[in-house]
Amino acid sequence: MNSAFGSLLRRDLLLVYRNPGSYTTPIIFFAVCTTLFSFSAGTDLELLTRVGPGVIWVAALLSSILSLDGVFRSDYEDGTLDQMLISPAPLSLLVSAKILAHWISTGLPLILMSPILGILVNLDFTTIAVLALTLTISTPVFSLIGAFGASLVVTQKKAGMLLSLLTLPLCIPVLLYSVSAVLEAASERALTGHFSLLGAFFVFSVTVGPFATAESLRTIAGD
Amino acid sequence: MINAQQITGIRNDRVLFENLSFNCNQGNIVHIRGKNGAGKTTLMRMLCALARPQAGTIRWNDIDIHENRAEYCQEFTYVGHDNGIKGDLTVAENIRFDRAIRTNSSKVSVSDIMQLLGIERYADVPCRYLSAGQKRLAALSRIVSSDAQLWFLDEPFTALDETSQNTVVRLLAAHQKNGGACIVTSHQSVQWNDAKVDELNLGDMN
Repeated sequence: MNSAFGSLLRRDLLLVYRNPGSYTTPIIFFAVCTTLFSFSAGTDLELLTRVGPGVIWVAALLSSILSLDGVFRSDYEDGTLDQMLISPAPLSLLVSAKILAHWISTGLPLILMSPILGILVNLDFTTIAVLALTLTISTPVFSLIGAFGASLVVTQKKAGMLLSLLTLPLCIPVLLYSVSAVLEAASERALTGHFSLLGAFFVFSVTVGPFATAESLRTIAGD
Repeated sequence: MINAQQITGIRNDRVLFENLSFNCNQGNIVHIRGKNGAGKTTLMRMLCALARPQAGTIRWNDIDIHENRAEYCQEFTYVGHDNGIKGDLTVAENIRFDRAIRTNSSKVSVSDIMQLLGIERYADVPCRYLSAGQKRLAALSRIVSSDAQLWFLDEPFTALDETSQNTVVRLLAAHQKNGGACIVTSHQSVQWNDAKVDELNLGDMN
């Protein structure tokens, strides 16, 4: 069982490694979006500090959701998804491996890059730390929600729009609490409430996400 | 072994087959024939528990395959219409991955598997550089890399040259001799040589 999880994780990371476009595009999108904003917002540093976290967050959300569009589709199209569906290993375990691989290849680079972008929008050290921490909790949630959405549209050829329509509303609570945590940190207020809620979102999506995704893949890709 | 009872397949509001019943026991090879669009692939997916028949049941040793799916999945190996191999992975990597997500791997080593199918020269070549027939052989390696008693092969001979076709038929005959069973679809007639095959026609054949 564990070997199935490990091999699928390794396979997906290997595929990402051999296709650099698949992980560089979301990261470049994230970086370019935030950089352009900081240039276009003018010279008002205070304004930049107030709006910057929101922009970084929206860019992070979009780049992780949009890159999820094809996470199951390529497997569906070449028939490897069928082999996963008939694998004796639990499908939710295989799905988890795929989501983890996606998070490692897109979520993790976003987190690592966020401090540089934080400097760009004039955040202080503590706020940057909080920004990176909220990203660490929330990007897996985005990957899990996005994977569920991707499993619903797995048979559609170009479903980027539909996928965003399905998943972005579900991501809004996470976005709200993450951004407000960063803003609270900037004005030096307590953050325990925000982090408890973000933690709850994380635990909920980790426990429910893989099962929901597996069930939807079985129903939609099976027939 | 496997027994289909009164199954009905409907696709896009069109009835493909109705009240179809058949058996496949140890040492049986069932060749499902039918024109394009006759429902061969649909039937195959039902047998693999990927899709459910609109009516009727499929049983494995008298248990409905959907009731005990996890165990049933250890009993067969499936080479579908799509190869199920990754173009960016080499042949050897594909075979190794394929084994890792299944539990019925045979003792045959990866290099021996490739040798049996005559694709050992391409072990380290990413599959997208291979020809259609070589890709098909890479997918068919699944039948050698597993110990499963039951094989489901959907159009295995597509894109294969005569030598490779004979290789696959030889493997099928050996499987039959060892008491294995196989359900195979193909729209053309096949040179079965040593293998003894029952035919099952889907729809009218004219």
